[in-house]
Amino acid sequence: MNKIKIGIPRSILYYYYGELWTNFLKKINCEVIISPTTNREIMEKGNKIANDEMCLSMKNLLGHVFYLEDKCDYLLIPRIDNYGVDNQTCTNFLAMYDIIKNLFQTPVLNYNIDVVHKDTEEKGFIYIGIQLGCTKKQALEAYDQAKKQTEEQKQIQIKQNLQKLKSKKNKLLIVGHPYNLYDDLIGKPILDYLKKLDVELIYSDLFYHQMTSKLSKQLSCELYWKFNKENIGSIPVVENKVDGVVFLSVFPCGPDSLVNELVIRKIKLPCLNLIMDDLDSMAGFETRLESFVDVIQERKRKHEQKNNLIPTYGKL
Amino acid sequence: MNKKTISFPHMGNYSIPVEYLLKHIVDANIMVAPKISNRTIELGTKYSPEFVCTPFKYTLGTFIEALDLKANILIQAGGGCRYGYYSELQNQILEDLGYEFTYINLVSKGHTDLRKLYHEFKKIDPKFSILKALYYLLITSKMIKYMDNVDDYIRQNIGFEREKGALQKENKKMLKTFQNTKGLFSLYRNYKKYFKKIKKIPIDKPLNPLKIGIIGELYTLMEPFANYDLELTLARYGIEVKRYTNAHYLLFEKKREVKKYLKYAKEYVKYRMGADAVDNIGRTKYLCTHEYDGIIHIKSSFCTPEIGAMPIINKICNKYDVPVLFFSFDANTSKVGIETRLEAFYDMIEMRRKK
Repeated sequence: MNKIKIGIPRSILYYYYGELWTNFLKKINCEVIISPTTNREIMEKGNKIANDEMCLSMKNLLGHVFYLEDKCDYLLIPRIDNYGVDNQTCTNFLAMYDIIKNLFQTPVLNYNIDVVHKDTEEKGFIYIGIQLGCTKKQALEAYDQAKKQTEEQKQIQIKQNLQKLKSKKNKLLIVGHPYNLYDDLIGKPILDYLKKLDVELIYSDLFYHQMTSKLSKQLSCELYWKFNKENIGSIPVVENKVDGVVFLSVFPCGPDSLVNELVIRKIKLPCLNLIMDDLDSMAGFETRLESFVDVIQERKRKHEQKNNLIPTYGKL
Repeated sequence: MNKKTISFPHMGNYSIPVEYLLKHIVDANIMVAPKISNRTIELGTKYSPEFVCTPFKYTLGTFIEALDLKANILIQAGGGCRYGYYSELQNQILEDLGYEFTYINLVSKGHTDLRKLYHEFKKIDPKFSILKALYYLLITSKMIKYMDNVDDYIRQNIGFEREKGALQKENKKMLKTFQNTKGLFSLYRNYKKYFKKIKKIPIDKPLNPLKIGIIGELYTLMEPFANYDLELTLARYGIEVKRYTNAHYLLFEKKREVKKYLKYAKEYVKYRMGADAVDNIGRTKYLCTHEYDGIIHIKSSFCTPEIGAMPIINKICNKYDVPVLFFSFDANTSKVGIETRLEAFYDMIEMRRKK
């Protein structure tokens, strides 16, 4: 018997749930097809399909879905409303499923996370499992195992990320959503360039989320977007350990446009606000990144000089 | 100490009920901010982040103008989409500009914390009483309902009045009496009296006029300055306009209606999509199946929920073969461009009618 082919677009939610999905789907005997890393072709296709005011990540998602369209039996696009009170998501996450269902022909597998109305992740996975033809018990078992596996991996990643804080190089905190940071056309060129400038990068999404959600209150007490809370909550954690903050968002991201503006007004670290567009020139960004790195280097040098001078003054 | 002066952002004519409510429940100066003008939007754009939606810019501009006129308490609501987060950022921006004021947020994180609000109002006016507030809230809600009823009637007929401007003239008179309402009964009497007068104004309406439904994002729909007087322009062409969104709908009916719309358009949407997106999809289906000649969808730039709804609206309109026109208004959209597009749209639906 042929396995059912499930298509997963390598965009937005893949970066939160990708591993959990693949682990789960493999356990219940399905074939998983993941779209390739973003390339020009996918991006341009997405641009064509999407509405011209949609955010870049959303356009990107549509491009990925188009790539998968005739290669799989089902697409996996969940709808995420909230993870509890005051832990909402951007409205694009709410609308994602309905938009894709209306724009494409392929049937869409879907579950709903709405913790306020008692639709949890676990229920969602069981629902998918049943739709794919396994029993409730099997689905629950597969979900538990997959969850455990991914949790372990995540912990390792977080530890690695926090380990970097001990490095002696210039350290920058990169604040942005994982689906932008790790995307091959959106964030990766920027991060690669920063690495080339010999800077240690700490990613805002790889922190202990419970801690960061709480700490975000220091910067903004009325924030109700879960992913933004986790992002900006990382700033108080590392405030004294990094030399600067880079905000990376896409044009025109709804929550980021307000939250980043507020945070930039409040923090004292040097910061750089990068807004990615679908233009392919990196030249402008390179100049800005270089000068920013120069600034933090100079600042650090002055700071060290000052610290060295204090004992000599004391002697005089 | 300075006398306390309360101000709030504008939206259409709704400053009248809000002013009425505040005037009666707290002992403070109520200042209606200057009408939205080009200066407002310039000020707002100057201090706003790059790509927020336009209502943020309008309200920020209004606040700056009000603060310049010595207001020191600002009131803002919130909820639904990004709108819920306006307050904190606006507060910070205005503080950075060096103003001194108290900022009251009616809805924080999507919920109204009544106890906190009570304490805030108690701070402004130690004599603040809940019973009185409830009574005036009732009157205000009725006032909003009456205003919306009259507005609906005017919208349907303004394109066909014999004497131009007669309907609005009476409407203005009615609003003026509303400002000085003494109680529930006098409000009701005035409403009846003026609605009768408005209905008596002679109207030359053809049997089957061109009909257009306007849907879209709420602020742009309800603030005529933000949509460049779209409704009046349509009226000049002799078109009957149907608009659903009004303050009464948002405050009292929305919760119930959304469920109905979800059921009604269930082949297109399964879940709520934030703000008014689902409502608009449901309305599109309704308008398409009820012999409307066209649909105009308006929104402010970067309104995320509506952007999500647009592909679906487009699909429905394609299916039923109803023309649809999308407008996205920004701070510096030119009025001429809009009029050209509207004219072309009007010509098209008129030609379709003749066929």
